[in-house]
Amino acid sequence: MEKVYSRTRMIQEKMVVGFCPGCMHGTVFKLIGEVMEEMGIADHSALVIGVGCSGLALEYVRYDATTAPHGRACAVATGVKRSNPGTIVFTYQGDGDLASIGLGETMSAANRGENFTVIFINNGIYGMTGGQMAPTTLLGMKATTAPFGRKAEEHGYPMHMCEILNQLTAPYYLERCSCNTPANVMKTRKAIRKAFQNQIDGKGFSMVEIVTSCPTNWGLDALEALRFLEENMLKEFPLGVIRDRSKEAN
Amino acid sequence: MSRVFMKGNEAIAEAAVRSGCRFFAGYPITPQNEIPEYLSRRLPDVGGVFVQGESEIASINMVYGAGQTGTRSMTSSSSCGISLKSEGVSFCAAARVPIVYCNMARGGPGIGTIQPAQQDYMQATKASGNGGFRMLVFAPSTVQEAADMTYAAFDYAQRDRNPVLILGDGVLGTIMEPVELPRMRSEEEVAQLKRELSDWTLIGHDPDKGRAFIKPGVWSTKGQEQMCKDNAALYDSWEKDVQVETIGLEDAQLVITGYGISGRIAASAVGKLRTEGLKVGFIRPKTVSPFPYGAYEVLDFHRVKCILDVEMAIPALMIYDVRLAVKDRCPIETCLHAGGEIMSREEIIEKARALLAK
Amino acid sequence: MAYVTILTESCKSCGYCVKFCAKHVLAVGKQVNKQGYPYIVAENPAACIGCAMCAQMCPEAAIEVYR
Repeated sequence: MEKVYSRTRMIQEKMVVGFCPGCMHGTVFKLIGEVMEEMGIADHSALVIGVGCSGLALEYVRYDATTAPHGRACAVATGVKRSNPGTIVFTYQGDGDLASIGLGETMSAANRGENFTVIFINNGIYGMTGGQMAPTTLLGMKATTAPFGRKAEEHGYPMHMCEILNQLTAPYYLERCSCNTPANVMKTRKAIRKAFQNQIDGKGFSMVEIVTSCPTNWGLDALEALRFLEENMLKEFPLGVIRDRSKEAN
Repeated sequence: MSRVFMKGNEAIAEAAVRSGCRFFAGYPITPQNEIPEYLSRRLPDVGGVFVQGESEIASINMVYGAGQTGTRSMTSSSSCGISLKSEGVSFCAAARVPIVYCNMARGGPGIGTIQPAQQDYMQATKASGNGGFRMLVFAPSTVQEAADMTYAAFDYAQRDRNPVLILGDGVLGTIMEPVELPRMRSEEEVAQLKRELSDWTLIGHDPDKGRAFIKPGVWSTKGQEQMCKDNAALYDSWEKDVQVETIGLEDAQLVITGYGISGRIAASAVGKLRTEGLKVGFIRPKTVSPFPYGAYEVLDFHRVKCILDVEMAIPALMIYDVRLAVKDRCPIETCLHAGGEIMSREEIIEKARALLAK
Repeated sequence: MAYVTILTESCKSCGYCVKFCAKHVLAVGKQVNKQGYPYIVAENPAACIGCAMCAQMCPEAAIEVYR
């Protein structure tokens, strides 16, 4: 008998992290821990976390971590990485953090081709602050600040960050994944590993966008939210590789 | 020591590099442009990093990031740009990240003018960002002081693990003067300064041996209150770091007071008045945070008829601290300009004579 | 024979593992943990083939798998 799947040592052994039941933040931090362990990079890595529910993981993860002001993680990571290139630096940001207040920092860091990794969690809502509309909120989706549902003429359209960054020359790798099925979880793990490997190889800016659910603020239970994710979020945000320079003839 | 004829902004930039600054991020805004421009040439020479941020907000956050790796880091801006940086500076103060930044102040409020002014005094000394944190704030009045204060600022920042502000202005930034440049620290000295911080800096640590965890805030309110108490203890310890220049307080009947460029112009007025045998004293805060209240305390208020507050700010701002120091023991008059209008020596002399004649 | 272990205190009863276990090994339990969640139990352990789909899905890293 052999242990084929064990809990990553990169999260606190006994701690129950504060995410809601079914929240995939937990899944992604599990995957990040597994990849860091597998690649042996934990002792020279640093997390620059944005502001949002993800901050609940700060005490949960066991490697170096800092908090950026809301929206500024890509700028903070620029400073950390450029002044200490030997460290593997990654940001972990929600859709409000990365695509709303931090859109400028995200675009500019991507455009400079900063050699760090961005983990972007897209759940179409502001979680921590209680369900406000985000740049990725779907048309017709209700939010505490769009009580009648998002309307294009008033609130514009959901933003497709991988595709937007794909207009820039510098980014090296952009992939959109999800954690809604075991197969997709494994693809997400692979994407995170690839993004870290790009950084180790000095290839420049990599972003993994992970489409997730927010049961609490979608007003659904975990499994209903999973269905909403598949029937609606994944239609608006199709999964797949948007750019992978390693595949292009170089 | 090497003596050169240099522009204020460039002297600040060079002093930073000599003190060990190896990361700068900044954004264009008059009248501080030569600081980023100079460093974009100079930092690569010493293996340092220069980034033009996409905004002042991005720039301070890059410096907040670099500072957390133990790298001596700096940003600079002018007035409106400093406003944009206030959240970032607050994060540095909360997380105790050592950084240095400069405000080469200009006419305000709003976009104001690009010419020099001192209208950011309150912002600089009382509320540079949310949360009530404090900083050491130095107010140079000459290019020499700007270089020396910038050089020392990095040591204070590292000593206290706290942001330090150089409060300059457009005059200081753009005038050229002879300046003795401070000693260039060797690469080994700079590396050693960085090593001294490595137990807490964000460079990666073995999770089993204890990680670095930079906390610009904590979930527990008790924990956050304790951080505020620890910070307050640091701020109280700064009494010893107060710097002030005084002239002729032993026999003064009128005391002229001003900081930075206004202080310098006032000093030359005091010099002229004293040569005419008039009993005029002078107090020039060199640190404006902590403010040198003690310098006013020693005045003999039976003899001192009035204090003349000279500022390039309307309404006057440093006057609040002067009032705190004087405690109504004598009247305080003002001689003010703002919006980029430059203070003149003659106006101060005229005002002083009128006050003495009363 | 393959089996899984569940950190019952970490489980928040989201149900992902139950949904994706093709062999219907797992089910929402009757007991609640300290947080008040009815944690998942292996109701049909013999059927487990150690495929680890449950562990892949678990947001709490609460499941370990032996095969």
